[in-house]
Amino acid sequence: MALINPKKREVQVKVVYYGPGRGGKTTNLEYVNQKFRKRILNEMVTVKTYGDRTLFFDFLPIDIGKIKGHSIKIQLYTVPGQVKYNATRRLVLRGVDGIVFVADSMDLRREMNIRSLQNLKENLETFNKNIFHIPLVMQYNKRDLADEGIPILPMETMQKDLNSRLRAPFFPASAVSGDNVAATMKKIIALTVGSLRKKLE
Amino acid sequence: MDFTIDFTKEQIESIEDILQDELIDLGVQSVILMDLAGNVIVNLDSGDSSHDVFSLAALAAGNYGAVSAMANIIGEQEFSLLFHKGEEESIHFSKVVEDLLLLTIFNKNVSLGFLRLKVAEAIKRIQMLI
Repeated sequence: MALINPKKREVQVKVVYYGPGRGGKTTNLEYVNQKFRKRILNEMVTVKTYGDRTLFFDFLPIDIGKIKGHSIKIQLYTVPGQVKYNATRRLVLRGVDGIVFVADSMDLRREMNIRSLQNLKENLETFNKNIFHIPLVMQYNKRDLADEGIPILPMETMQKDLNSRLRAPFFPASAVSGDNVAATMKKIIALTVGSLRKKLE
Repeated sequence: MDFTIDFTKEQIESIEDILQDELIDLGVQSVILMDLAGNVIVNLDSGDSSHDVFSLAALAAGNYGAVSAMANIIGEQEFSLLFHKGEEESIHFSKVVEDLLLLTIFNKNVSLGFLRLKVAEAIKRIQMLI
C-alpha cells in the first residue's frame, strides 16, 4: 500500500526482500546501503538475534528522486528467512508494494527455495494479495559459489522450479560481491513505481 | 497498486493543526501519525528533537503487530494502548482507526495521565476528519 502525501508531495513505497534463511537478503540491503550512501538519509535498521541472523527485519529507506513532482521514498525491508519466524514475515508483508525473491543457488537449498516461495504465496493470500499480480523480481543469489567448487543449481533448474508460472524478471547475482544487486533493485523499483505514475497525474 | 487511506492536503493540514494544538503545545517532543505498513502520514515535532521518523515508524509498525499477535494468543483482540518508558524520553502508541497509529514521544515534563487524556481527545478529533 503506497502512501501519497499530497501536502509534502511525497510517496512512500514498500519493497520486501523475501526468501529462505541464509539466502542473502540482508547482504543485498547491506550492499545497497554502502553503494547508494548519498541517497540514504538514515542508518540501516536491523534487528538481529544470536549468530547474526535476522530476527525481525532490516529496514533501509532510499530516495530515488522525483516523479511528476512527487519525491519517491522507497522503503526496503527484509524478512527473517528461518521457517519458525513466519508470524514475523507476515507482519513485514503488510502493505507491501513489490517483492524481490532472493533464492539460494546452492544445490542443497533447492527444496528450501521452493518451500519459501510457497510460503510467500500463502502469506500474501492472508492480505488478499495474489503472487501473480504483485510486482515481483527473482534473484538467483550466490552464483559466485561455483568459483569455489561448491555445487550450484543451473539457472534453468531454478527457473523451472520457481519461475515457470510466475514468469517474473530474474537475475543471477552475488550479493557478497554486489553483482546484479543494483540491477535487481532497479528492476523492482521500476515495476513498482510504474504503476504509480497514473495515480500521480 | 493499492493505496492506504487517501488523504487530501486539507485533511493533512487539519490533522497537523489538531496534533499541534492537543499535543505539541502540551510539551510533547514529537508525534507521528502512521499506518501499520510503516508509512509516515504526518509528523510534527517541537523543534528540540530530530528523530529518524521513518525508521521509528517501521519499527513501531512491527512492534504493534507483534504485540497484537501476543494479544491474540492470550485471547484478546488487541492491546489498544502501548507505552514504553525510558529514563529521559518515553513512547506512547495509540490506535486511531483500523490501520492507523499515533505515536507520541515525550519527556518527563509531561505526565502520562495527562498525555493519555490529550491523545484520546486528539484521536476523537482526527476520527471525525477521516
